[in-house]
Amino acid sequence: MAGRSAVVFACLAMLTVLVGFLSLRTGAVEVTWQDMLGKGDSTAVAVFQTMRVPRFVLGFLCGGALGICGAALQGLFRNPLADPTLAGVSGGAALGAVTAIVLGGALTSSPYFVPAASFLGALVAVAVVNRIAESGGRMLVSTLLLGGIAINAFTGAGIGWMVYGASDSQLRDFTFWSLGSLAGAGWTGVGVCTPLVLISAVILALQSRSLNALALGESDAWHLGIPVEDLKRSVLSSTALAVGVVTAFTGSIGFVGLVAPHLIRLVAGADHRVVLGGSFLLGGCLVCTADIVARVARAPAEVPVGIVVASVGAPFFLWLLLRDKSAVA
Amino acid sequence: MASNGFPVSFRNVRSFAIILLVGATLLEAAPRRIVAVGGATTETLFALGAGGEIVGVDSTSTFPPEATALPQVGYQRALSAEGIASLKPDLVVLPATAGPATAVEQLERLGIPVLRLQEGHSFEAATARVLAIGSAVNRQSEAGALAAKMADQIALIVPPGDPAPAALFVMSLGSGAPMAAGAGTAADAALRLAGARNLGNSFTGYKQLSREALVALSPEVVVTTSRTMQASSGNSPQWLPGLELTPAGKNSRVVVMDDLFLLGFGPRSGEAIRELARRLGESRLRAGS
Repeated sequence: MAGRSAVVFACLAMLTVLVGFLSLRTGAVEVTWQDMLGKGDSTAVAVFQTMRVPRFVLGFLCGGALGICGAALQGLFRNPLADPTLAGVSGGAALGAVTAIVLGGALTSSPYFVPAASFLGALVAVAVVNRIAESGGRMLVSTLLLGGIAINAFTGAGIGWMVYGASDSQLRDFTFWSLGSLAGAGWTGVGVCTPLVLISAVILALQSRSLNALALGESDAWHLGIPVEDLKRSVLSSTALAVGVVTAFTGSIGFVGLVAPHLIRLVAGADHRVVLGGSFLLGGCLVCTADIVARVARAPAEVPVGIVVASVGAPFFLWLLLRDKSAVA
Repeated sequence: MASNGFPVSFRNVRSFAIILLVGATLLEAAPRRIVAVGGATTETLFALGAGGEIVGVDSTSTFPPEATALPQVGYQRALSAEGIASLKPDLVVLPATAGPATAVEQLERLGIPVLRLQEGHSFEAATARVLAIGSAVNRQSEAGALAAKMADQIALIVPPGDPAPAALFVMSLGSGAPMAAGAGTAADAALRLAGARNLGNSFTGYKQLSREALVALSPEVVVTTSRTMQASSGNSPQWLPGLELTPAGKNSRVVVMDDLFLLGFGPRSGEAIRELARRLGESRLRAGS
């Protein structure tokens, strides 16, 4: 088992390096190796340093956060359909963003206003879901799930009201926000996201044994000495922080949180010690690969990366499912 | 005694200054690689004879037709700094609505000259934009002539008469419910400047218009865009349910105009408003009121 997980991590590390090189090398502007070392054409050097590098880092953090949080939530809910959307993070982030876009007025011209509102929205939504599910110091997973669904419906309604009151251009802004994009990635975004995502990822990775125990059922895990309530709280709050902050800067990019853990489980089994870290790396690679397509496909224009993720990822995922089904039959 | 030498040297200085000025104007070459964002921006550059210097346009640049063959930088509120930079522009012209802010910031940080146009749905703003673009591309005299032409067209606007026709601007895209233009929209400004009264000015922005609301507003004339007509496959009465119950429907008073022409507030805005006013008046005559 240990050997197998080492192989999986080695493959993922190589994939990361490969995607990283491709991502730094590809784009509308021709960037040579010289430019990457900072010695070439000044525009190309500036494009590399102020756009390509932060874009790759932010894309990787974004995919990584979605992947590892998806894996942790699937473990927590013991449900393969769980993803960060379910905990209310995405809905809250979207409501925060649309509220800022529509009611923000002159403030929206600051590039950090919408991300800040979106992050706040995500945190509030998760706090509310948390509160709903808590009773007498315990958190009921089933209530958590239903609470998440209710909050999603509520944020959906809120988004509806905002969209209804929005002007034409605000509507367009929100549409593009909800399709996700890394086009605006810069060092500020990287600076804000990096600590939050890494801290959350470490906290989640430390829970892998507890999540393995939880797979046996909540009471069994409790009897094994797993602090089940702390586990739930730390998974939820890490998800809120990590997914909230990346969504704030990239807009909503769906599907990665669902599919990355599944892909890892298909090749490496259900051990959370592999699934969590593996989902982080694979999620990052998925988003960065999709982003390469997003910036090259229609250059000099951009395709929103969320569209690419879903339209390439969904058929691939289906193919894997069908292949798996026929292998079992 | 010094009067001999002094004027000569003064004249020399003056002619030297003139030579310097002319030389500087010649040396300060006009931008040769322009990225034009916004339909009205592209239209203006072509009207100033700078169309050949455009190396990229956004998706709203649909006029003149040759603009659509140029490389696309995408939708004007979802621009990509790297995409634009790859066209190696020495001038990027952006309307006030262009974005996202981070992309504009990144372009400026790359040292690419960016001209941000002022916002506004008025003749004054439209003229100011033409002049600003003209001086950015070193075609001040062409811009002056274009502005004068706009002023001529504006002077020729004949309001459709008293009382101002109660008009409603309606737009629908595809299968969605029709939207009526309220206060603050380009359509509202166009109606007002053409001498009509906008029935939608009790709300702001574009709002969905139900059948009943349309009947209740009871517009005398309905103005819409050719894209709306195309989207609803021609002139079938279904394009606006409830229209047949309004005075506009009963007297077939529907004015259809091109989207960018009417709402772009570009160099053709004077002509567009003049045309709208004329057609509002004509439809009133035909309706026999």
